[in-house]
Amino acid sequence: MDRRNFLKNTALASGAFLIPSFLKPLEAMAMGSISGYKNLVIIQLSGGNDGLNTIIPYGNDIYYQKRKTIAINKPDIIKLNEMQGLNPNLSALKDIYDQGWMSIINSVGYPNPDRSHFRSMDIWQTGSEANQFLTTGWIGRYLDSNCQSCKNPYTAVEVDDTLSLAMKGEKMKGIAVQDPNKLYQTTREPFFKDLVHDHGDTNLNEDNLGYLYKTMIETYSSANYIQKTSKTYNVTCEYPLTGLGNQLKTVSKFINSGLQTRVYYVSLSGFDTHVGQQNQQGRQLKIYGDAVAAFMYDLKQSGKLDDTLVMTFSEFGRRVEQNASNGTDHGTANNILLFGGKLKKAGIYNDAPDLAQLDNGDLKYAVDFRDVYATLLDKWLDVNNSQVLGKGFKGLDVI
Amino acid sequence: MDNVKQIKHLYARAGFGLRFEDRASAGNLSVKQAVASLFNSSENNEPITSVQGNTDYAMLVKGDKGAKKQFLQQQRQEEKELNEAWMNRMSTTDAVLREKMTLFWHNHFACRTKDSLFAQQLNNIQRSHALGNFRDLLLEVSKSPAMLQFLNNQQNHKGRPNENFARELMELFTIGRGNYTEQDVKESARAFTGWGFSKTGEFIMRPFLHDAWQKTFMGKTGNLTGEDIINRLLEQKQTARFISTKLYKYLVNETPNLAHVTAMANVFYHNNYEIKPLLDYVFTSPWFYDEQNIGNLVKAPVEFLVGLNRQFYITYQRPEVQLQIQKALGQVLFYPPNVAGWPCGRNWIDSSSLMFRLKIPSTLLNGGLIDFNGKADPEEEAYIATIRNQQQFVNAKVQTQPDWPRYLKNIPKNASKTDIAQFMLEPKLSNTLINNINSATDIKAMVVELVSTPEYQLA
Repeated sequence: MDRRNFLKNTALASGAFLIPSFLKPLEAMAMGSISGYKNLVIIQLSGGNDGLNTIIPYGNDIYYQKRKTIAINKPDIIKLNEMQGLNPNLSALKDIYDQGWMSIINSVGYPNPDRSHFRSMDIWQTGSEANQFLTTGWIGRYLDSNCQSCKNPYTAVEVDDTLSLAMKGEKMKGIAVQDPNKLYQTTREPFFKDLVHDHGDTNLNEDNLGYLYKTMIETYSSANYIQKTSKTYNVTCEYPLTGLGNQLKTVSKFINSGLQTRVYYVSLSGFDTHVGQQNQQGRQLKIYGDAVAAFMYDLKQSGKLDDTLVMTFSEFGRRVEQNASNGTDHGTANNILLFGGKLKKAGIYNDAPDLAQLDNGDLKYAVDFRDVYATLLDKWLDVNNSQVLGKGFKGLDVI
Repeated sequence: MDNVKQIKHLYARAGFGLRFEDRASAGNLSVKQAVASLFNSSENNEPITSVQGNTDYAMLVKGDKGAKKQFLQQQRQEEKELNEAWMNRMSTTDAVLREKMTLFWHNHFACRTKDSLFAQQLNNIQRSHALGNFRDLLLEVSKSPAMLQFLNNQQNHKGRPNENFARELMELFTIGRGNYTEQDVKESARAFTGWGFSKTGEFIMRPFLHDAWQKTFMGKTGNLTGEDIINRLLEQKQTARFISTKLYKYLVNETPNLAHVTAMANVFYHNNYEIKPLLDYVFTSPWFYDEQNIGNLVKAPVEFLVGLNRQFYITYQRPEVQLQIQKALGQVLFYPPNVAGWPCGRNWIDSSSLMFRLKIPSTLLNGGLIDFNGKADPEEEAYIATIRNQQQFVNAKVQTQPDWPRYLKNIPKNASKTDIAQFMLEPKLSNTLINNINSATDIKAMVVELVSTPEYQLA
């Protein structure tokens, strides 16, 4: 059955679009198969997080030479090995690391790096080359790849009011849900409901009007499904009262209620630390570390930790040498942090960044970010990475 | 009646929609006359002058903390005012074709700069040549500080070429991917070495940074300059095809018709890249009015908002409301996502942006209330009651003022509800919609319903 007939036969012809019958086969799935449902949670740190003051190469003297006033004092650093340690504001992650639930990939980047926020974020979100402009995001193309679980917009959920480019494919797009109840309420507008309910089949053509109506119908059934499903579960664990804490709490609610979602997307901004970096970045890192730790404990308790993988990235790292305003300027390669109960290589995945061999004062990348994406696509989301990334990437041996 | 349909389509594409007010004057014209009248009203070429002074950039480097903060505040303020000035221009001008084409060039030569004066300057270049000659436009854009800065030509020096501008010039501005070689990029980058701008925002050619040695570009060898490269690119008919294809997608249909685009490219090329004859050809071609080209383009967020503003004469007490809407819908003027511009068409629509777009008109026109007269489920009664209670609150928050009397006054006396509906929407009316509007209590309630439909998203 093609997509169009599928919609017609279910949402419209039955007239019962509020309980879309296409959900039934999923509901009928044995609990066993649902518990094997793996989730990817992406956390975007916007503004260019300074990776060198996040996972600190304290064992390298160059770090202290180049950062006279903003280096973190050795005694304060939470040491992970002889070379690298955590920013003290990430203290909550120490136990997570010790449990083997955290993996650090150093020096991730791409050739000919761009130092503009929006361009580099574009590159990360679309998975493009530095000189290539893609109009679809990498998660969006995963949705387009026709994978078995990619039938509905809620296969990819962004906990926000608007949808990021990363989540937009050519044919399929994820859905933005900050608050399931609020989304549900907007779809209760009687006039809209009437349009969705009663409009004729002719409007479901392949033209743009058909596309608009299809999107509207999918939003309706998705909003209903997300609201009805997620309200069956109450998160009992404590989360910090921060934006990110709330977002991850919502993700936990979605995961634990059995929502058929494969990818969740959340973001935290405030990392563009040109001035007075220590305080500003410290605050943001604390928000980040505390929220992630709470999320991991929560998932452990509900038995979902092994089925969940968290990836944190930022559009670029910052320059090795600090600037004159106790801050750092836009740089290049950066670390990616992974969390989950089933990491193949927990701990520090590869060598700490090389601070001696720089490219114009910037770190050289050692791992292409698309090799990280490829790993997630191949080993976690069960789709061949070349279908999403254009050319095939080898991937890493980390999960 | 048939002619109104054509004129309405013309205004939907060449402008931001036909108002009832314009219908009286334009409705009886022939297509040829209407096109001539559109060009006439766009003769007026008034620059935008919202950004006045030159911000003192020295303060950012030398100033203390307070001075820097003040600088950044001023910068943000100028950005906001420039955005607002252009929104207001589009929403109130009679030169609709000029503004519509300025918007096209704004996306074609997509550029970001923190300097609002540079942004305004580039916008005015695009406006003054919007209907002029593409060569003049391209040359002035290439020499504008905003673009030189954005594509790093300021750093393009003899011996250390920066290829950013040269590459985008070919990939995005003229002939498109697959029609040039990497060698062409390298050689043309050398030709543009030395092109830069002064602190006061003027183009300067810095001879000491210019590579005056021999270059070979697209089969031509010599001590080529930047102008030579641009001329060589315009000699390629592919440039006319590339621009025509893009324009066809903007004005006619997202799926290019090869025969139509080829015909456009011929007109454009043989008229030495004059834009006006090209537009005139499109708007007077019978195929422009074919059924499959009517009511099928997804309005860009700015077109959507400007269309509403014009139709209902909306004024804003809080200008930032328009900026918030642009943000929510994914198109902030002067902030294209990258040098390739906004991806248009269906890319504008996802679950959340569509719900916003369905809700925005009633929010601006009626405090968020869509006065629906159909049967409501018991569970919906609570929702309806809440929305009614919130109406005052929403009004107080957005503080918009539509001119309902002016709108209603211009509706022809003998127009039926269906006539009004068909005038307001470009696609054909569905039976559901006809049933809905016929049960509406009054014209105002019906009109709010009409602009809250998926149909209203299309031009």
